[in-house]
Amino acid sequence: MSHLSTVFFKEIRDNFRDRRTMLSALVFGPLFGPIMFAVLISMTLKQATDSKTQPLELAVIGADYAPNLINYLESEDTEIEPIDLTTDEAVEAVKDGTYELVLIVDEAFGEQWTDARSARVSLVMDNSDSSIARKGRRARGMISGYSRQIGAMRLLARGVDPSVMRPITIDEIDTSTPSGRAGLILGMLSYFLLFAMLAGGMYLAIDTTAGERERGSLEPLLTLPVKRSTLLIGKLLATCLFMSVSLALALIAFAVVLQFMPLQQLGMSVDFGPKQVITAFVVTAPFALIGAALLTVVASFTKTFKEAQSYMNITMLLPTLPIIVAAVNNLRPSLTWMTVPSMSQHLLILDLVKGEPLQPMFVAVSIGSSLIIGTILTLIAIHLYKREGLLG
Amino acid sequence: MIRVQNIKKSFGDVIAVSDVSFTAPDGQITGLLGPNGAGKSTTMRVLYTAIKPEAGQALIDNIDVATQPLDARARLGALPHGAGLYQQLTARENIAYFAAMHGLRGQQAKDRVNEMIDLLEIGDFADRRTKGFSQGQKTKVALARALVHGPQNVILDEPTNGLDVMATRSLRKIIRKLRDQGKCVLFSSHVMQEVAALCDDIVIIAAGAVSMTGSTEDIKQNTGTDDLEDAFVRAITPAGEMLR
Repeated sequence: MSHLSTVFFKEIRDNFRDRRTMLSALVFGPLFGPIMFAVLISMTLKQATDSKTQPLELAVIGADYAPNLINYLESEDTEIEPIDLTTDEAVEAVKDGTYELVLIVDEAFGEQWTDARSARVSLVMDNSDSSIARKGRRARGMISGYSRQIGAMRLLARGVDPSVMRPITIDEIDTSTPSGRAGLILGMLSYFLLFAMLAGGMYLAIDTTAGERERGSLEPLLTLPVKRSTLLIGKLLATCLFMSVSLALALIAFAVVLQFMPLQQLGMSVDFGPKQVITAFVVTAPFALIGAALLTVVASFTKTFKEAQSYMNITMLLPTLPIIVAAVNNLRPSLTWMTVPSMSQHLLILDLVKGEPLQPMFVAVSIGSSLIIGTILTLIAIHLYKREGLLG
Repeated sequence: MIRVQNIKKSFGDVIAVSDVSFTAPDGQITGLLGPNGAGKSTTMRVLYTAIKPEAGQALIDNIDVATQPLDARARLGALPHGAGLYQQLTARENIAYFAAMHGLRGQQAKDRVNEMIDLLEIGDFADRRTKGFSQGQKTKVALARALVHGPQNVILDEPTNGLDVMATRSLRKIIRKLRDQGKCVLFSSHVMQEVAALCDDIVIIAAGAVSMTGSTEDIKQNTGTDDLEDAFVRAITPAGEMLR
């Protein structure tokens, strides 16, 4: 036991003084996710609010034929630019980007309107551009709103209840809470947390095998009257500690970022206070053992620090696989999925940020299976550490 | 006392050591001499149990290194070839780490570390981080680290590699001091003059086997030459065609 703590505290002290390790564990790892997040959310936010608050620019051919409609559109915050083009020219103008949206009012519009027949307009736009498509929807929404309004008035004028036009009325009862929608974006949170952990432990894991060997300190270490398994476990525990610190910092950074993000404007509400931070830590921390052992196993096959580092980058992407599977198949937490590391953490954190209660059973299975798999990987790492080939 | 009996070790198809036997008694410096690739480091690695021999036996104070590696290592201070330090730790911390791993605690550990710093005359830089140390400084710290638990047996694998004359001299002084304290010192080198200047007894290894043992005088006599270099070359010639 005393050997174990000697190794543990030496690794902590040694790595604490290493600038590269500290930057990776305390700065890059934990802050990468929250910063990406802040950028992504503010971009989404900007797009959403832009399209709502800015007036819609609409080029109109034949505006004179439909003064009522134009008045209505202008009252709904639309900037009308009357233009004089043929239909073909309008299509070309939209294709080459001169105009984003062109509304064409047919010559016969006035006549059809006064005859109370269906009057025709055309909307020219490129639907493959999502921001233009959004503007197009807005324009279409306004025009059909006006159309419904006039239709109802015409029916009333003929003594008909406008509701005959709606044999079926659909009432949607939306069960998604605002924070449920937030889950879509916050689905990335779990990977950023796992990434922060792996970044925090990466340099220690490399140092355990490839680093010590390259520096020439491994062989003297092995001449000590201490079991190799003790050495490895001591180093592994130090790696786990660094990973846990990275995780804690990442969670705190997220809590701060989410605090300052005006998520309500996106129709999201995220409650990520101290209680959620602690719960997320408890749920995610057991992954540290898996991560530390996995990184150590990978590093033990490499000869130099540089070689190890290049393999680490690939290893750090591994936890994305179960998360992608979960996201693509829209999986919900179940006992089976709780046995899959990284996926179980992902599903639990997703529920946590959605504000849904976590099932204690699921949490227990997730923690238990992570610890079991982590222990198996640790045994493999110990086995590899005992090989003669370790000396290189 | 260190005793090696007919050890054999190969890595894949390469036979590193085919048959090495010798005894290094207490109160003597025994030199393990041989060209590069002769099997010196492999023999030493077997002694400090980094690798296991396929055949034969290695004993440290009559403890079999294969069956009781922890006990054997406790009686051993080893300086492997090209031993490196922890660069973020100071020289003192490097030595103290090994002291703690040998079970030394508290004041006793501090005293031992200070003794080592005095013995190796490294007080001037003991509290600096070892990053950027010269090869001589590194070797001294690594040796202090290996000796901190006061082992009866000391194994030094090519410790003078990369050292300048002054550093080599002070290292020899320390090694003689250990001998005078009655320790068993096993010292490897590929330089005949180096071994002749220091060792009481010489074991010449060539191509994985012992080709000659004895004092400098014995070896000169056996090879029929007065010149040290010639004697060395003749001693390893029977296996000369396997030289790399």
